[in-house]
Amino acid sequence: MKSLLLIIVPAVFALAAALWPDNHRRPLLLPVAAVIHTLLTLWMFFDPPVLAPDSWLGFDPLARAVLPAVSLLFLVCAFYGVSYLRVRGERNNRVFVAALLAVLALLSAGHQARHIGLLWIFTEGVTLAAVPLLHFNGTPRAFEATWKYLLVGGTGIALSLLGSFCLGYASLHGGGQGDLTFVALMQQGEELSRPWVLIGWLLLLVGYGTKMGLAPMHTWKPEVYGESPGIVGAIMAGGVTSVAFTAILRVRSVIGAAGEGAIADQTLMAIGLFSMLVAALFLLGTRDFKRMLAYSSVEHMGILIFAASLGKVGMFAALFHVWSNGLTKSALFLSAANIRRAAGSSSMDDVRGMAAITPRSAAIFVAGLFAVTACPPFGPFFSELKVVRAALETGHGGGVAMFLGCLLLAFFGLTRVVFGIVDGRPRPAAVASGKRFVETAGVILPPLILLALSLWLGLFSPTILHDAWSAAVAQLFPEIP
Amino acid sequence: MNSNLNLLIGLAMGLNLMALGSSRLPTVIRSMAAQGVILGAMPVLMEHELDWRVLLVSLATMAGKGWVIPSLLRRAMRTAQIDRELEPLIGFVPSLLLGAGGTIAALALAQALPLMPEHQGTLLVPGALATVFTGFILLIGRNKAISQVCGYLILENGIYIFGLLLIKSMPLLVEAGVLLDVTVGVFIIGIIVDRIQRAFDSLDTRKLTALRE
Repeated sequence: MKSLLLIIVPAVFALAAALWPDNHRRPLLLPVAAVIHTLLTLWMFFDPPVLAPDSWLGFDPLARAVLPAVSLLFLVCAFYGVSYLRVRGERNNRVFVAALLAVLALLSAGHQARHIGLLWIFTEGVTLAAVPLLHFNGTPRAFEATWKYLLVGGTGIALSLLGSFCLGYASLHGGGQGDLTFVALMQQGEELSRPWVLIGWLLLLVGYGTKMGLAPMHTWKPEVYGESPGIVGAIMAGGVTSVAFTAILRVRSVIGAAGEGAIADQTLMAIGLFSMLVAALFLLGTRDFKRMLAYSSVEHMGILIFAASLGKVGMFAALFHVWSNGLTKSALFLSAANIRRAAGSSSMDDVRGMAAITPRSAAIFVAGLFAVTACPPFGPFFSELKVVRAALETGHGGGVAMFLGCLLLAFFGLTRVVFGIVDGRPRPAAVASGKRFVETAGVILPPLILLALSLWLGLFSPTILHDAWSAAVAQLFPEIP
Repeated sequence: MNSNLNLLIGLAMGLNLMALGSSRLPTVIRSMAAQGVILGAMPVLMEHELDWRVLLVSLATMAGKGWVIPSLLRRAMRTAQIDRELEPLIGFVPSLLLGAGGTIAALALAQALPLMPEHQGTLLVPGALATVFTGFILLIGRNKAISQVCGYLILENGIYIFGLLLIKSMPLLVEAGVLLDVTVGVFIIGIIVDRIQRAFDSLDTRKLTALRE
């Protein structure tokens, strides 16, 4: 029941936002819904509900290990959203607020889906609900980005349905009765028809990988993150991608149970390292700091997938990295949004000297840069260290070398862009538009809090969180009786 | 029973090639709509006794793929004022050849996959694979938004054909595929809205010059 509330509450608020007449007060629904959602999630985190094994939807260990991060992220973004929409008071925010809350509802549902069809429905729902968010700015470029997102994302989601069909047929062929919960599929194990399992895995990996933004299916990401508001980028990069990631993890556990875990891990490692490499190379070339964040996100998705290919220890590190990446990356997105708003452009060619115009946002941006490139003592340092250790323990020396090489290249690329816009003498045009942008507490505190959360995750992450991750790993790699 | 079904799948595969080879958008839309109607008839043919659920899927498919989406697309075509694909990325003859090659490859690949006894002797798997492949060629090889939407729809039709393998045992999963049609709807509405916005823009500038004179 409580797990249903996580979905119903934001959905009801989304409906309320769609009906609320007052454009000025409507954004206040965001933090109210987010606070209730976070309280519910934390309650369930500390007191996990008992779950019927055959339930289609539930707050299982994997949801417990990831959903609180999404909820916290959304909470902070919701407060930022109020200030953001006040700045953008000239635009009607009815659809924006409603769609944002609908995304939260569908994310909560997607993280809790324990049935392959239901999981697909919710992921598709998130894809569609996010569309109005992307072209909130209403520019032709935003429209183009939305089109690309729909085309690439839509194809990805179609392929994951085909993959789900293939897994379904594998189960049917192996004598299944049409029960498509992940638990039932894993119980069928080796009875699943081998060729269909492999085809299904490939299609599902490509399909959900597209939603995650793994290379070479990442092409929608730079366009979307470059043209949509920063708050949308933060929620997409920290929330929407994580639901696709857990989808891949759930499917992978079925493939593992079917006895093809080794092949699954090899494909994961290959696609993870490839994503990191592609992202690192593009990071060296990009001149736009919002697109830079998109490539950085592709890189971190690669890290997640690489980590997920390294067995139990790696899976633990991956779940840790979901948290540290989500919180750190969104701090970067929100501070970048401030800088973008003050500077009037997101290209290195037009923007410089932002340390003088928006000193606070620029400071957060630089700190976030070091956090996300895994400088201690922020969260990503510790999670990536765990990934490296997992890779060395499992004897993937070559993989580690490539992993570290990509991190180094990404560090060069990111510092090049970030210091390019922060340092130097500001352009006169930027000074003029910067004066109109005031760094209020409403736009400074949220990224600062996210950064603090990342620091907390690195230094003092509590044992209960580690236990939650371990429980999720145990769910994904069940002991064979 | 199977021979009727195979005839329909064969027809759908033929329509794939028609969509690939034509430069005129109305032809592509028409072959897509015809494919939708054929697809709608398939579940009824597969069942021995009529179930209301299957009948509903069948009717919804015929209405959605055969009428609603094509008419929306025609409307988008009128607002956008284009009716043919001029410079496709992959030419019409190459895409026809690719499509034919893909169909043969699909038939060969389907031989290698294990099937349930009741599905042996049907063309469901090769038909699905060939249609998905056709959709991909259109998605990648065409430049006009409307052709790409047609490609997406044909891709989706392929997935639907595959879903027929499962409709008896896991109907919910197959019915969820309807959501893909909703995606297509969003696509088309996107085109229409975009065009209308642009039309307003151009109207405004014309007004401005009119005032200056």
